[in-house]
Amino acid sequence: MMDEIKFKYQGVARTYQRELLDNWYSGISSAKEKGEKVAYLFISGNIAELLRVFNFHLVYPEVNALQCGVKKVAGDFIMKAEDVGYSSDVCGYVKNDVGLILSGNKGPFGTLSPPDLLVCTYSGCMTYVKWFEALAKTYGAELFILDVPYLREGKPTKGDMKYICSQLEELIEVCERKTGIQYDEDKLKEILGNSVKAEDLWVDILQSAKNEPSPFDAFFEAVFFMAPIYVLRGTEECVEYYQKAKLEIEERIQHKTGPIPEEKFRIVMEGPPPWPHFRSFWELFKKWDVCVVASTYSKVGGIWDFGFRHDPSRPLESIAEYATNCYTNYNWKMRSEMIKSYIDDYHADALVIHSVKSCRAFSVGQADARERFIREYNVPTLFIESDLADPRYFSEAQMRNRIDAFFESLEHRRLVEV
Amino acid sequence: MQTHQDGNGYSMTFDRIISECRRKVESPFQEINKWKKKSRTGLAVGTFPVYTPWEIIDGCGMFPIGIFGGGSDIEIEYADSLIQSFICSIARSTLEVGLKGKLKDVDAMVFPSICDVSKNLSGIWERNFPNLQVEFIHLPQNMYSESAVDYLVHEYKRLADNLCTMNGSTPKEDSILESISVYNENRAKLRELYEFRSKEPWNLSTLELYIIIRYGTLVPQSVFSETLDKLLESVLLRDKGERDSVRVILEGSFCEQPPLDMLHLLEEAGCYIVDDDLLVGYRWFMEDVSTEGSPYRNLAEAYINLSYPSSVRHDGNRSRSDHLLEKVEKNAAAGVLFCAAKFCEPALFDYVLLKDALEKNDIPYLSFEFEEKMGVFESIKTQVETFVESILFFS
Ligand code: SF4
Ligand code: SF4
Repeated sequence: MMDEIKFKYQGVARTYQRELLDNWYSGISSAKEKGEKVAYLFISGNIAELLRVFNFHLVYPEVNALQCGVKKVAGDFIMKAEDVGYSSDVCGYVKNDVGLILSGNKGPFGTLSPPDLLVCTYSGCMTYVKWFEALAKTYGAELFILDVPYLREGKPTKGDMKYICSQLEELIEVCERKTGIQYDEDKLKEILGNSVKAEDLWVDILQSAKNEPSPFDAFFEAVFFMAPIYVLRGTEECVEYYQKAKLEIEERIQHKTGPIPEEKFRIVMEGPPPWPHFRSFWELFKKWDVCVVASTYSKVGGIWDFGFRHDPSRPLESIAEYATNCYTNYNWKMRSEMIKSYIDDYHADALVIHSVKSCRAFSVGQADARERFIREYNVPTLFIESDLADPRYFSEAQMRNRIDAFFESLEHRRLVEV
Repeated sequence: MQTHQDGNGYSMTFDRIISECRRKVESPFQEINKWKKKSRTGLAVGTFPVYTPWEIIDGCGMFPIGIFGGGSDIEIEYADSLIQSFICSIARSTLEVGLKGKLKDVDAMVFPSICDVSKNLSGIWERNFPNLQVEFIHLPQNMYSESAVDYLVHEYKRLADNLCTMNGSTPKEDSILESISVYNENRAKLRELYEFRSKEPWNLSTLELYIIIRYGTLVPQSVFSETLDKLLESVLLRDKGERDSVRVILEGSFCEQPPLDMLHLLEEAGCYIVDDDLLVGYRWFMEDVSTEGSPYRNLAEAYINLSYPSSVRHDGNRSRSDHLLEKVEKNAAAGVLFCAAKFCEPALFDYVLLKDALEKNDIPYLSFEFEEKMGVFESIKTQVETFVESILFFS
């Protein structure tokens, strides 16, 4: 009886997240039949709010790819794409998607409706352009490239902002033509209002990991908790989701519990997870009672924990700012500063860099970052490699050896210091 | 001009110039050093491939030099710990060249937004070379937006201003316009050479043509212009006799540089390469860029409207597949050789779309990968020979 009262909200975030995603996917499945419009776009710096004004069902091929990874079907899809000419050395997310299309667009989440519009929200990844060029050809669908300049100066230049905003205006015309729905600024403001509420709650959850012990794994759990803010942002359900999730976290704080029974090491994780081996990867860290207190992958779609919020009073500008404001669109100086601040602010013991072959947007610069963190910042840093989509690049034995050796030495260091 | 014919009908002048250019191409860093010594206070700006508005650098009174990695003879000692093994070789070897101190005469490095590698490379350079001015330019990917040109004007001005902070000067529009006209002339001469090769590939090999363009990335444009004039004149005197070769288009080697020996081998194996995308950035505009008005705007408009369709740029008014088909037709080519650098995503992704277009049009193709450091070409040679035979046999 006591236990029940104690953990009223345990698991709520996961359960409700599944329910929301199931509903979202079933909307996508039935859209074509119902004659409803579908837009495909990317996660990074996405402009979901604007597309919602036009009642598009939103499909994020990256999310499909990660679902296929987690459900262990990505390997087959990737092979199918390689059969039609894709190299073994290009991004596995793209190949997964091509394989999925070649299989009738049927994935573990159901069948996807084809796109009426492809919006290549090109933030931080050049491969996005290649990906949607291929889809445009396959589906014969209209392709809009929303070009978002890389943050080469540490922040968007005036020219960047003007360029993105005027592209957004051009996109509005395309959306009106595609859907027959008029652009409605009030509606957009309302949607953005929901975004802000969810963003505030999400930041509270992320920052809860400053507690010791941390109530929340900011990588292994965050990658699930973050789904609604990236795919359903702007909806009321998304706000409700983070309200519930926050209750769950608050309860954990109250009872000083967290993702692992006894937190021994706090780390910052840089890089995406190996989706096809997600569980085993997590186990390798759990074994050492490691909690990830901050991660960069959870910022891959957008970054709020340094203050950014959508702003309903400046709808298009704030959407444009958001489009620039995602992790892989940051230059390496910004990325390193961000990681460094996580290490300091979340009292982390070490940095773990997971380099993935598929994603050059993420991985070029990671090896250099290892040097920076070890030599300039004196932070114990572990560098491991596999892939986020392709199961063939994960060698569990090798991974275990590296991880064990690293935490053994951290443990040793601690004993010596005491 | 003096020219001599040897017993085989060779033009001595042409061959002499080529071998002189080749020597320079094979020791590019010496060339930079030579320039630096001569100019004393001049600033040298290295540029990573594929395309950079060199006119702006040149017009700011600086010396733009193409930096293309370490070629075939550099040992990677330091860069391996800074860049993972699944990244293209040019990214690693360019860094290695810098870490080995070979770029000590270079004052700035410009990385254009050709791919994710180049983008993040700029950050690696910033950390490893704190005394070097590192610039990244984001070239637009939305070729249809009304505002793309304005954006690019802004970006180009930013580049000019940033470079000029190195010596406290201010960019002068007039001198950038002058640079544009010099570059226009040299591009037109290169187009002429390309046309000549397509007509008489036996008299101008791809290796030679490559050496010519590459030489132009290492010397001031006025020097290059004179050399081009001599070459255009002397190449006409060549008479090497036609071989029994198959006319092909070479596609995909636009960034990392293929080994010279490999280019030679492709022709030895029975191909006439009648068009290619080697060093394509240096031939980027298919027409002259306007020399009236604002140089930034002219270059930006040209980027949007006159660019060579390339894997590093989203299509504007011409699709890359159509362009490849046009090249095949215009040059009466019998097939296409896809020759991508290992790990080069832009080339490897485009391969799929391009070969699909070829298949639809019954145009034979062969695909293989190279690395700049590769020394053994037996397997490529065999593949190309078989490809050539199959074309000769079936046509
Ligand atoms: S390269 Fe990286 S960011 Fe780009 S599509 Fe692939 S996984 Fe995503
Ligand atoms: S070779 Fe390809 S992947 Fe490498 S830097 Fe050049 S364009 Fe990018």
